[in-house]
Amino acid sequence: MAEIVRVYIDGKECLAQNGEYLLQAARENGIYIPTLCHYEGVKPKGSCRICTCKVNGRLMTACTTPIAEGMVVENNTAEINEMRKAIIELFFVEGNHFCPTCEKSGDCELQALAYKYQITAPRYPFLFPTKRVVAEYSRIIIDHNRCVLCKRCVRAIKDAEGRSFFAYRRRGQHIEVILDKRMSEQMDYEKALEAEKVCPVGAIMARRIAFTTPVGHRKYDKKPIGSDVEKIK
Amino acid sequence: MGQKITIDPVTRVEGHGKVTLYVNNDGGIEQARFHIVEFRGFERFVQGRPFWEMPVLVQRLCGICPVSHHLAAAKAVDVIVGAGSGDELTPTAEKMRRLMHYGQIFQSHALHFFYLASPDLLFGIDADPAKRNVLYLAQENRDLAYRAILMRKFGQEIILATAGKKIHGTGAIPGGINKHLTIEERDRFLHGNPPFNIDNMIQWSLDTLEFFHQYEQKHRDFLLTYVNFPSNYLSLVRKDGAMDLYHGVLRAVDAEGQKILPDVDYHEYYKYIEEEVRSWSYMKFPYLKMLGQERGWYTVGPLARINTADFIDTPLAQKELELFRSFHGGKPCNHVMHTHWARLIEILHAAEKIKLLLEDPDLLSGELVREGNRQFEGVGLLEAPRGTLFHHYKINEYDQIVQANLIVSTTNNNQAMNNAVLQVAQRVFKGQKKVTEGMTNAIEVAIRAYNPCLSCATHALGQMPIDIEFVDVPR
Ligand code: SF4
Ligand code: FES
Repeated sequence: MAEIVRVYIDGKECLAQNGEYLLQAARENGIYIPTLCHYEGVKPKGSCRICTCKVNGRLMTACTTPIAEGMVVENNTAEINEMRKAIIELFFVEGNHFCPTCEKSGDCELQALAYKYQITAPRYPFLFPTKRVVAEYSRIIIDHNRCVLCKRCVRAIKDAEGRSFFAYRRRGQHIEVILDKRMSEQMDYEKALEAEKVCPVGAIMARRIAFTTPVGHRKYDKKPIGSDVEKIK
Repeated sequence: MGQKITIDPVTRVEGHGKVTLYVNNDGGIEQARFHIVEFRGFERFVQGRPFWEMPVLVQRLCGICPVSHHLAAAKAVDVIVGAGSGDELTPTAEKMRRLMHYGQIFQSHALHFFYLASPDLLFGIDADPAKRNVLYLAQENRDLAYRAILMRKFGQEIILATAGKKIHGTGAIPGGINKHLTIEERDRFLHGNPPFNIDNMIQWSLDTLEFFHQYEQKHRDFLLTYVNFPSNYLSLVRKDGAMDLYHGVLRAVDAEGQKILPDVDYHEYYKYIEEEVRSWSYMKFPYLKMLGQERGWYTVGPLARINTADFIDTPLAQKELELFRSFHGGKPCNHVMHTHWARLIEILHAAEKIKLLLEDPDLLSGELVREGNRQFEGVGLLEAPRGTLFHHYKINEYDQIVQANLIVSTTNNNQAMNNAVLQVAQRVFKGQKKVTEGMTNAIEVAIRAYNPCLSCATHALGQMPIDIEFVDVPR
């Protein structure tokens, strides 16, 4: 039997298995910690920093921090929430996110986070970067205007041999996701839909008729992001 | 140099524009120009986007009649996904879209008549501007204002139930629609607590016509002489000649009622219609090719539709059409102020259509989307509240838009509105030394009859008040 340890999140005593990541432990105890680059079932990467908490007084990403006995965690505090808000705003100004016409609207995690944290306008100036829309792949279109570089597609979308369909190219501010040329030929319709689903925003679009889910029935239309976690008591 | 008068804030037109009057040495008006000074951008920035975004994207150029753009774009991309050229959608898709469209016509016409036009009619063109508005209307005539609000709300709720949102919905998708009507929604519209049900909306539409008739009897001369010039008229009509606001063939008649465009396939509109660019306006001037630039301009909108249609396929509106026709001796009506009458006939027609659709079980169940062989070009036309609306897209092999052309209703009416402005200005400003607010409003009354939407017309991004500018004609 795995060892059970005790951690304190915002003063609440939580029990979880030793070695679990803080994110998971919190969720099992009905506490929501926001995520963006994290994808259930895929090795965490800790790149977006949205899940940052104060662990024993130090800032740590919950998706990559294993818990230990007696940990004291600050999660839903004014200080942490303000920082998360700033991170979300940075995503908005660094890309070109035009929610009104995006097919992921209502299902988009970035948009849902913005609603959750009640962002009306970012505090930073919009950068309006020039980004490409790459449409030459047979099954998908990648709109780099919307990509938040979470690397979920690279980490999660693989063939039977474990080879990734997607990869990063270039570095720094020029970094972008590409679909491997040979792998692109192998990509079938199901894989394309899977990739579209893995992408937290509308950067990966499967080639098909979109907007088929009516407004009011999309994932975050009824309940804000995180409410599925928070209802577990 | 000339005098400049700014009317600010914007007065009861949708969007922002400017009128320049060219004054000659005798103080007469030599030329009048109705400009729209905003920048157009949509045709350019849709390039590169996937075609299936068009119905959701292009409607954003307007917050007044987005449903019309939503549906015209959807009709164009229907062609691209191989879902046929307009009458081959599934019955559910076609009827849901029609319901959405009639809801839009109903609410938009109600908004125009009650909020924008009726203050001029009720209180007079040169009444105190503080009184010439919908708020004063609400004080003076509570019942009328109450109805105005509820009629708009009814139309907007229909849009919500079909498009998913009251403004900028996503209901129409390439090849069909994304939802059915629920039984609860249908029952509420059909049998909701009075006054919020369709039978009552039909009754109120009839009452509004009655209100107009009483007004007309008292102000017959004003309505007939205020703005009045021969024009060609263009609209879609159903193949059998009935009024059809959603789909049909393209017909134009001249001021005498002669058919000058004989029911042609709208997918080839570019064979018949050309657009002229003039340096002083962002709004183009479309004209019928076979008549040339000088004579080929035309009017669209309620008056045009009433003039082109052979009949209306709903009984109450047909009765009213017969009255209209006999009033005008069976000829097209060239009296611009009677556009208000035509608009009220369409409100009634839309309400009757909504009732018929609500009673149709196809709305509640059935296949939503149809697809076929991919095409690389699609044209979609419909009759928006303000008139014929054209959307035309070309795509590449990767599903990206490479070319877009939009001709919106207000653009179609460009020359006609300029003529109306000139006619009124020449009469009102003649021999006047001082320009009064009533005089500038007189010009706006003529423009308002067309219910122009200036942001649509230039696909604008931005705002500006309406200006009237006087310029001395250089010697
Ligand atoms: S394409 Fe989507 S999943 Fe891939 S890195 Fe960008 S945002 Fe993340
Ligand atoms: S979710 Fe933890 S860093 Fe992105």
